[in-house]
Amino acid sequence: MQLSREELLRAYRSMCTIRQFEERVHAEFATGDIPGFVHLYAGEEASAVGVCMNLTERDSIASTHRGHGHCIAKGCDVAGMMAEIYGRKSGLCAGKGGSMHIADLDRGMLGANGIVGGGAPLACGAALTAKTLKTGAVAVAFGGDGASNQGTTAEAMNLASVWRLPVVFVLEDNGYAESTASAWSIGGDPLVRAEGFGIPGVRVDGHDFFAVHAAAGEAIARARDGGGPGFLHLKLARYFGHFEGDGMTYRAPDEVAKLRAERDCLKLFRRRVGEAQLLDDAALDAIEAEVAAEIEDATRRAKAAPMPSPADLLTDVYVSY
Amino acid sequence: MARKSFRQAVNEAIRQEMARDPRVIVMGEDIAGGMGAPGEDDAWGGPLGVTKGLMPQFGRERVLDTPITESGFIGAAAGAALTGLRPVADLMFVDFMGVCFDQIFNQAAKFKYMFGGKARTPLVIRTMYGAGFRAASQHSQCLYPLFTHVPGLKVVIPSSPYEAKGLMIEAIRDDDPVIFFEHKMLYDVEDEVPDEPYTLPFGEANLTREGDDATIVAFGRMVMLANEAADQLGAQGISCTVIDPRTTSPLDIETILEEVRATGRLVVVDEASPRCNMASDIAAQVAERAFEALKAPIRRVSPPHTPVPFSPALEDLYLPDVEKIISAVRAVMAAGGRKAA
Ligand SMILES: Cc1ncc(C[n+]2csc(CCOP(=O)(O)OP(=O)(O)O)c2C)c(N)n1
Ligand SMILES: [Mg+2]
Repeated sequence: MQLSREELLRAYRSMCTIRQFEERVHAEFATGDIPGFVHLYAGEEASAVGVCMNLTERDSIASTHRGHGHCIAKGCDVAGMMAEIYGRKSGLCAGKGGSMHIADLDRGMLGANGIVGGGAPLACGAALTAKTLKTGAVAVAFGGDGASNQGTTAEAMNLASVWRLPVVFVLEDNGYAESTASAWSIGGDPLVRAEGFGIPGVRVDGHDFFAVHAAAGEAIARARDGGGPGFLHLKLARYFGHFEGDGMTYRAPDEVAKLRAERDCLKLFRRRVGEAQLLDDAALDAIEAEVAAEIEDATRRAKAAPMPSPADLLTDVYVSY
Repeated sequence: MARKSFRQAVNEAIRQEMARDPRVIVMGEDIAGGMGAPGEDDAWGGPLGVTKGLMPQFGRERVLDTPITESGFIGAAAGAALTGLRPVADLMFVDFMGVCFDQIFNQAAKFKYMFGGKARTPLVIRTMYGAGFRAASQHSQCLYPLFTHVPGLKVVIPSSPYEAKGLMIEAIRDDDPVIFFEHKMLYDVEDEVPDEPYTLPFGEANLTREGDDATIVAFGRMVMLANEAADQLGAQGISCTVIDPRTTSPLDIETILEEVRATGRLVVVDEASPRCNMASDIAAQVAERAFEALKAPIRRVSPPHTPVPFSPALEDLYLPDVEKIISAVRAVMAAGGRKAA
């Protein structure tokens, strides 16, 4: 394990922020104050953070409809995200995007995406920019098990292989696409698919931050060094429904409770750093308290923030028209 | 200034912009050609030779052949535009939009708005359109109304080599996604085209004929036919204004309204299928804003609501032509039922 104490603290803070952000959005959504569709990332934190800890601001990621975790892991402002989810003018996208379209190009966050499978070609484009301009940057395409069956994913992987792009495809296999099990929907083995495109891949326990971090680190370093694309198949789980309001009748009755008890990425992280005596409980508890205050502040500010004005309806369609 | 074909005009525009700006790259299927093959490099220079010579000059790093993967490479072009390049991607035939439209209308077109104004997507998608090539239903359509419908896209339809060069340079320098329509029947048409780079602004119509009796609006290849119709009518004592809007989004509706107010009669010639096409859009806007000026009902000259047929006998019947335009103008001239207020 080569992570410094600072990096470990940063990783835990980032995972905690995602968890608490999502738990809060879950609670607030239930009050009816949050408009629209919201897909929560809780349970999958080790993926976003394990991958993005290997990236810098110059690197890009393309995200999914379940994008809050990717945004936070890539450094998006939490208050700006919360305001966006509430549709406020102070939101990261001025209230015009919402949960499914949060983006922050200055941080290389190319957008959550309302279209399943929409992001992988865009990540190839960011990788093409890096390759053409020789910036040394890489791109990561996050996608779910559902997205892995889209033609765009296959096209993007082939293109990345043919053009030898510095891009890593991260398949977040949380077991379901809406109510449909990935065990049923994915024909064959995703690793073999990647291999078929000539892309080296590895399957990783997506609850284990350290395993994700190491595997992603390897693929990202190879891509950065001109070694071409990589692929990760992460097995993980979401804690909430597909969207807020989903009764999850398709899951086993005790499934989520068991996952929370036995496979929770935050608990696994704490146990691991505790056993190795890398971080003590006090330091981790302090982070949790700080994050709680940050989320509380972000939520309070979002609720109080002004809505966009009527004039905002017509702006930002074009650079010039 | 020299006579150049439409094909040469587009080639020269891209070449000059590539020389000027290292961020301009070109990609598409067989855009250079011969990738991985034992024969010549730059074997095709694009399906109809429009990009011939770019690869030898700028190299494979800036002239990228792609696999047949429109979602993949159109999406990659959008992502590259979002992150700092200025890609010119070739969607061969616009009929192929069906396999990649998501990347255009849900992704590229919406970045700026969805992201609260912070994105720039300087992307050009070149694409061939139009009937007359005996290319049948899946290689002949005029799908620009579908793109015009989408906020966030700009849609350019050059009618001549001169327009093609100026509008292509404008498209490459523009910071929004632009769909650039090239009529496959226009590639060998020649025109005087300046050697030096120049731009033609979007959203500014060009009057190719000026007259007092009727206004004809036409797009792309139809402008040539409208000019011919106007010339023949002129010889018979009916003088027409012909408007080439050059771009459908933005659309210079003000110039159209002004000319309709002057002549009181409007014919719109549009090669696209008749339902929800540019002709119906313009007719609606004119009816809404200049109804009082109209001396006769607006006439639209468009193909019937059918796929493009293959047989030359049927395709010729399908397409608008000079005769059909002339008879539409005669019809609006004859319809004297309503006096201008
Ligand atoms: C092209 C497209 N098809 C369908 C949908 C509706 N939809 C939204 S999310 C989703 C499931 C996606 O599953 P997965 O990729 O596994 O991601 P997860 O929700 O599990 O994170 C579906 C079908 C969509 N948004 N886009
Ligand atoms: Mg899933």
